[in-house]
Amino acid sequence: MLLYALRRLIYLVPVAFGVSLLVFGLVHLAPGDPISAIVPPDAPKEVIDKLKEYYGFDKPLPVQYFRWLAVTLTGDFGTSIGTGRSVASEVSSAFGNTIILAIAATTLAFTLAVILGTAAAYAKSRIVDRLVTLISLIGVSVPHFWLAIVLVIIFAVEWGVLPPMGMGPENSTGWRLDRAHLAHMVLPTIALSVIPLGVVTRTVRSTIKETLSMEFVTALQAKGLSDRQILFHVLKNAAPTCLAVMGLQAGNLIGGSILIETVFAWPGTGFLLNSAIFRRDLPILQGTTLVLAGFFMLLNLTVDVIQTMVDPRIKRG
Amino acid sequence: MAIQTPSFELGSPLVQPTAASASRGYWQSVARRLRRDPVTLICAGTLILIVAASLAAPWLGLADPYKTSMIRRLLPLGSPNYLLGTDELGRDMLARLIYGGRLSLFMGVTPVVCALLIGGLLGITAGFLGGRVNMLIMRVMDVFYAFPSVLLAISLSGAMGAGTENTLLSLTLVFIPPVCRVSESVTTQVRGFDFVDAARASGAGTLTIVRVHVLGNVLGPILVYATSLISVAIILAAGLSFLGLGVKPPEPEWGLMLNTLRQAIYVNPVLAALPGVMIFITSICFNLMSDGLRAAMDVKA
Repeated sequence: MLLYALRRLIYLVPVAFGVSLLVFGLVHLAPGDPISAIVPPDAPKEVIDKLKEYYGFDKPLPVQYFRWLAVTLTGDFGTSIGTGRSVASEVSSAFGNTIILAIAATTLAFTLAVILGTAAAYAKSRIVDRLVTLISLIGVSVPHFWLAIVLVIIFAVEWGVLPPMGMGPENSTGWRLDRAHLAHMVLPTIALSVIPLGVVTRTVRSTIKETLSMEFVTALQAKGLSDRQILFHVLKNAAPTCLAVMGLQAGNLIGGSILIETVFAWPGTGFLLNSAIFRRDLPILQGTTLVLAGFFMLLNLTVDVIQTMVDPRIKRG
Repeated sequence: MAIQTPSFELGSPLVQPTAASASRGYWQSVARRLRRDPVTLICAGTLILIVAASLAAPWLGLADPYKTSMIRRLLPLGSPNYLLGTDELGRDMLARLIYGGRLSLFMGVTPVVCALLIGGLLGITAGFLGGRVNMLIMRVMDVFYAFPSVLLAISLSGAMGAGTENTLLSLTLVFIPPVCRVSESVTTQVRGFDFVDAARASGAGTLTIVRVHVLGNVLGPILVYATSLISVAIILAAGLSFLGLGVKPPEPEWGLMLNTLRQAIYVNPVLAALPGVMIFITSICFNLMSDGLRAAMDVKA
């Protein structure tokens, strides 16, 4: 098991190398040279040259890349052009806020999805099955940023029962577990959970249905096990497939929360990324993308390892 | 808006035509099954209606979707002459919603078609040649898979700057890896079947085998998958425009309209939500179409 985890980790190295190349390349995708984003267009040539030298943009690209990589690997992501603060501290504080929201949304989505999916797979009546299928269809089809606006319209504008934006009261300095902060979380959590809810419900339903038709279920029934005991076996067999999808969804939710964070002005990585794009703050754009991609890779790795732990049938070479 | 990569298992009808479909041909039996599926038919009808309306918009006698009017801003639904009201600059909402379909659909369909061509070509090449070529192509795809899809789309468009071309480019890049992975896995399966060996033994060249046997079997699963990708692409494209990274104002586009109408949620909430309804309907129809096609083609996902 440990060997497998280690092998997967080593396998990540070339992928991580590719990811770093792509993230490095982001700056050079930008129109014009990276300096033009921070200096006024009428800046004298000497100033521009000096800045280029300072940032190392006068060196050939491969040299720039390896210098950037060496510095980045020490945890130094550079300085934000917009705020002058270090990118690492900006990203880490935003990342914490994103994680809070992501934990709430994944908990809500996965709990509901397992219950709904199992219910639909077991349902004798077609209505329950149809209803759950409809819910999962809506989940995968709804533009979630639109749903966020609709939630704001209903609960904040029309009924005035929940706050429309922000992470907490105006004088709040950071997230705390209290009534006011929780109230601010309700709408973003719901909006963020619809996609994973739809996808995971679909997976749970089809996987359990498939498992239920397997021969071992009939064997267990013949042995005289109660329905509840059989359900345990079924869930255990369906777990690896569902876990894989859940892991991917959790990662997508964290990386994809940018639209929801923008609607609710939630100060997470998505919000940071969005404001960085409009300030042309390329170091922040690079740093946030790199951190989120790195997190996504580690999450996928963890899910893979857990999957092999849960299901010893999966033998991986 | 989550890109899933299903692992397709080729169903038997694709490989060995059953007695009923052998006489009629595979695609004919697919068409027959589709005609008996009311949900898929309704979705196809709705989509055709939306596409036709947006294409024929200039001849439908609609108001000018660009004409602003300071005195007629944010009129409610059902106002005389303005059936669906007016937006924050006094432009006719009905006209803008119908014209908006042009860009919204174009930005959703084009990246998927481009990704289908590029990703399909890469995937079939990787699957058919195997070995080092497969290794090289699939490892490059792994790099793209290390990013959550939305993050990749936003970072790419964010770096390149707003604009329709940049959005199309970044969305295409986002959709190439999943298409490539699916077509690679199906091609690898097909390559292992006996009929490919049989074809080679009877003297068929590589190109013939790819055209007849690989493409013939890969096309079905890929089409099913692409239809569901369009739904994701439409939401993602609208999302980019919503963030201000896609289509630039004053062009009518559903995502951008949602963004600019956000200031109106306190004045005219129903109006502010309308463009999203269009995205929702279109996306649901593409998803249901994909399900219907999957059932009709008997593709196991």
